[in-house]
Amino acid sequence: MLDDFFIRALIAGIGVALVTGPLGCFVVWRRLSYFGDTLSHSALLGVTIAYSFELNIALSVFIISSVVALILIQLQKKTNLPGDALLGLLAHSSLAVGLVVIGFLTFIRFDIMGLLFGDILAVTTNDLIIIWTGGALILFVLKLIWKPLFASTVNYELAEAEGLNPDRSKAIFTILMAAVIAISIKMVGLLLITGMLIIPAAMARNISDSPKKMVLYSVIGGLLSVILGLFSSLEFNTSSGPSIIMAALVLFILSLLNIKQSIKLKN
Amino acid sequence: MNSDKNILVELNKVGFKQNNKWLVEGVTLKVEKGKIVTLIGPNGSGKSTTAKIALGIYKNIEGSVEKFTNKVGYVPQKISIDWTLPLRVYDFMLLTEDIKDEAIEEALTLTGVTHLKNENLGNLSGGEFQRVLIARAISKKPELLVLDEPVQGVDYTGEIALYELIKKISDTLNCGILLISHDLHTVMTATDHVVCLNGHVCCSGTPMDVAKNNEYKTLFGEQASQILTVYEHKHDHVHSDEGRIKKN
Repeated sequence: MLDDFFIRALIAGIGVALVTGPLGCFVVWRRLSYFGDTLSHSALLGVTIAYSFELNIALSVFIISSVVALILIQLQKKTNLPGDALLGLLAHSSLAVGLVVIGFLTFIRFDIMGLLFGDILAVTTNDLIIIWTGGALILFVLKLIWKPLFASTVNYELAEAEGLNPDRSKAIFTILMAAVIAISIKMVGLLLITGMLIIPAAMARNISDSPKKMVLYSVIGGLLSVILGLFSSLEFNTSSGPSIIMAALVLFILSLLNIKQSIKLKN
Repeated sequence: MNSDKNILVELNKVGFKQNNKWLVEGVTLKVEKGKIVTLIGPNGSGKSTTAKIALGIYKNIEGSVEKFTNKVGYVPQKISIDWTLPLRVYDFMLLTEDIKDEAIEEALTLTGVTHLKNENLGNLSGGEFQRVLIARAISKKPELLVLDEPVQGVDYTGEIALYELIKKISDTLNCGILLISHDLHTVMTATDHVVCLNGHVCCSGTPMDVAKNNEYKTLFGEQASQILTVYEHKHDHVHSDEGRIKKN
């Protein structure tokens, strides 16, 4: 009934959603959506490098995104430029370098649309292994740093004063962000990864009153988005990334209706 | 150098510079188990800065800080919490340490805000939030408690009750307390040692010593010193009635 490639895409998507759910909550809480964008734009460079040197795409993207994140941290320390200017600088220059490198790689056939917006036909069994082991590793590390990361998200000084070492957990979280982009690039495409991180989390914020609930709803929202998005992608022959993000958007709009109702109930 | 096992944190000639301006300089003080040290001083005299140095929040400092405990409870003076976080009082109580429900319940009862347990943090009034902050800091049974203007925004009767509570905590938990207050009236409750700051240590000693100190008088005026003396007397009286405090 269903083709093999579709089953693979579904399993891959579910793996991605399980990881983007909790991470996305932190992206929303810590106001990192532009940081996510910057890392995913730099992912294009990672992909081109992977093609040039025949490396694994996820690994190459992970390394390049981590390097860009480290450069950002250094620039923040050494310049007086505001954070958003630095993010823009890195996002667009790494995107530009990536595109120029693609221009040189004329000997390779490139599916640029698939790269930017995701391509379910491209998911291989190998990708599944990367997504699920990488995802499990990301979630495991996130669980380890959850307490200090969450405490410093609420209040940095409290976390520091009470001995939780917030700087370390922040640095580890940055690496996790690079890792989640690396594993979800094939599924969602590099232009839409941040959407996968923040839209389900934003939806969850609308309907939850505690951090744990928000993480849970964010995961559920991500899973529903992937499943709905992939089926409609198959049905209407659209790119997988935009279809998933549109499904997430529909869920977000539904959560807004829930807010209206609860406000009415209160009055 | 910790020959005295009772010392929890010791500041030795510490100073902190921000934007080429010294916020505090040459501060030496120590907090011991079961003792209450109170920092007083005018606005901008470096009280909060000194507390943050003691807590290790400020790192590029002059002098040395030695902290002999990791069980710290902190009530900051200003706290900005981002309301993009859905956070109930209950979740906030568990922020830096997983504590048992009974301990949470107990701490909230002590500060009189049990009924707010499931309330969203953003819906609390200033005074209620302050009580929750204190409850959070004491619920983890810290060895060192740093309270930066802990009763701001709390009504007058509540203020007295909270200071009583702080005294009780210092007795029952035998923890050291570093207390900051700009309010000279209530500052002296059960304080063992007062440090008067004005960018540097202007004077220090027992509450009575400080009240009589000339530098203190010039800093706060003659009237303030009378308040201090009067309050000290009142406080002695109240407590000897209940027979809870022995004065040497």
